[in-house]
Amino acid sequence: MKNDDLTAIEVAEGIKSGTISCVELILKIYDRIERSELNCFITLNKENAVEKAREVDKKRNEEEYRHKKLLGVPIAIKDSISTKGIQTTCASEILKGYIPPYDATVIEALKREGAIIIGKTNMDEFCMGTSTETSYYGPTRNPHDLSRVPGGSSGGSAAAISAGETVLALGSDTGGSIRCPASFCGVVGLKPTYGLVSRYGLIAYANSLEQIGPMASNVTDTALLLEVLAAKDERDSTQVKIKNNTATNYLASSLNRNEDADVDKEVKGMRIGIPKEFIEGVSAEVEKSVWNAVHKFEDSGAEYELISMRDLKYALAAYYVIAMSEASSNLARFDGLRYGLRSGKDEDWHTTFSRIRGEGFGDEVKRRIILGTYALSAGYYGRYYLKSLKVRTLIKNEFEAALKRHDILAMPTMPFVAFKLGEKIKNPLSLYLADVNTVPVNLAGVPSISIPCGFSNGLPIGLQLVSGHFEEDKILKAALCFDTLANRSQQ
Amino acid sequence: MIKKEEIEHIGWLARIKLSEEEKELFEKQLSSILDYFAVLDEIDTAEVEPTYHVIGITDVVRQDDPKESLGQSEVLRNAPKKEEGYIKSPRML
Repeated sequence: MKNDDLTAIEVAEGIKSGTISCVELILKIYDRIERSELNCFITLNKENAVEKAREVDKKRNEEEYRHKKLLGVPIAIKDSISTKGIQTTCASEILKGYIPPYDATVIEALKREGAIIIGKTNMDEFCMGTSTETSYYGPTRNPHDLSRVPGGSSGGSAAAISAGETVLALGSDTGGSIRCPASFCGVVGLKPTYGLVSRYGLIAYANSLEQIGPMASNVTDTALLLEVLAAKDERDSTQVKIKNNTATNYLASSLNRNEDADVDKEVKGMRIGIPKEFIEGVSAEVEKSVWNAVHKFEDSGAEYELISMRDLKYALAAYYVIAMSEASSNLARFDGLRYGLRSGKDEDWHTTFSRIRGEGFGDEVKRRIILGTYALSAGYYGRYYLKSLKVRTLIKNEFEAALKRHDILAMPTMPFVAFKLGEKIKNPLSLYLADVNTVPVNLAGVPSISIPCGFSNGLPIGLQLVSGHFEEDKILKAALCFDTLANRSQQ
Repeated sequence: MIKKEEIEHIGWLARIKLSEEEKELFEKQLSSILDYFAVLDEIDTAEVEPTYHVIGITDVVRQDDPKESLGQSEVLRNAPKKEEGYIKSPRML
C-alpha cells in the first residue's frame, strides 16, 4: 500500500466534511492508472466517474448523501461482474464489446451507497487461473516486482489496490481467486460464506462454489465493503436469508475491537486450529511467517492446536472436477448469437458455433470445458463427478468438526510467494497445485480472509483465516486483532 | 490417459473446434491432469451422500409479481446479427 493513500473510511469522511475533493481524488487515480505499467484494467469508466465525482462534491451536504457509506469512494470492479453500460468481457475475446444492459445486484448496492466505479479489472479468462496470465488482454504485473504475477484470477483488482490505482475493489472467488491475489499483492481479500452475497450479474463459472467478495488495503475497509455487498436479493435463489440484522453489521462488530485494550480481551482464550495438511509442502519462508503470526496470537493469550484433516488430500482433485463440470455447462451460452464474437461467414448451426467458440475461447477455458464435458459423460460420471460431490461432503464435514472445536482456523493462503510470469503457465497442472490451500474452503462453503502477515525478499506473504458458515465477524475480528498486534510489535 | 481422437470427439460435443496443434497439446496436458484426478479412486465413498449444494436450501419461492423488464432494443443491442427485431441465427440444417 502506498503511504499517501487514504482508506475508504477516511475518503468518505473527508468528502462529507469537505476536506477532500472527490474530483481531485478521482483524477489523481486516473493519472496513476494512465502512467502505470501494471495493466490492472481492461476498461476504464473515466468520463462517467468524473461526472459522478462532480455530483458528489456538489451534493455532499444533502441529507441523502451524508448517509451514504461509500460516498465518493473509488472502487474497481472485476470484469466478471456485470456493469450496466460498461463493457464486461470476463477477460475473454468471446465477450469483447459486450455491454451489459443491467447491473449486478452488488453494483446496484455500491451505487446506492455512493461508490464511484473506476473501471473493470483484468483477470484470468472466465476466472480460470491463478496468475492473471490467461487474460485475452495480456497479463497484469505484480506491483512489488514487475517480473512476477499478481496472482489470480482477480489479479487486476489486487494489483490496483496495492498500487494505489483504486481504494476498494470487488473480486470473485471460485477456488481462491480473491485470496490468492490478495496474498501475492499484499492486500486484504475476503471470500464470503456461500450464499451471503448475491451472485445475480456475476458471469457464472462454477456456480455452486463462487462468491463475489470485498478487497481492500486494510481489514476495516473490507468489513465496510462486505456490509454493503451482503444486500438481500430475490434474484439469487441461493442467497440465504439471514434472520438477525446485526449479523451483517460487520463494520460495527469489527470496529469495537479497534481499541488496544479490547484486542487483548478478544484474543485471550481464542481457540485457533492449525490443520497440518495446510502447512505441509509450503515454502520455508511462508511457513515461518505464518508461525510468527500464530505466536503473536499466542503471546496475547490465544490457544492454538495442531490438528489433522485427513481427507484434505482429495480436495484439490474434487474441486477441479466439480468446477470444470459446472463450467462446461455454464459456458455453453457463449456462442456469439445474442452477444459477443460472431466472426466469419455463417455455415450450418453447429459448425458455425464450434468455429466461433474455438476462436473466442483461450486454451485454459477450452481445457476446462473439455475435461468438464468428459467428467459428465456416460461412463465417467460416477468415477469423477459423483465421486467429487461425495468428497465435498467429507471435506465439509471435516471443516464443520474442526470449527466446532476452534473459533477459527489459520494457515498460509498460498504455498509460496508470487512466482515469475511464464514460470507455470505452460504446465496447467502445476498452476492447479498452487490452489491447494484455497479450494477446500470453497468446497466447504465457509468464509475465509487473506491478510498480509510478512514478506520474503520484498514479496508479500498471506495468512488465511477461516471460520464457520456466516461467521464472517469472527475472521474479521481476528484479522483486525492481528493488525493491532503486528503494529504493536513493530513499535 | 486420453487420446487425441477422444479429445476431438468431446470437443465436438462441447462445440469447440480444435486445431491439430491444440489436439496434440491437449492430449499431453489433459492426460497428466486426469492422472492427477486418479487420486479420487483411492478413497471409499460408498456410504457418503453427495453434496450438490453446501448450504442445503431447497424449494425457494417468491411472489410472482410482474416487474419492469428490458425493452426490445436493449435486449438486441449486443446481438451481432439481427433483422426486423429478431436475432439472426445460422441455418439449422
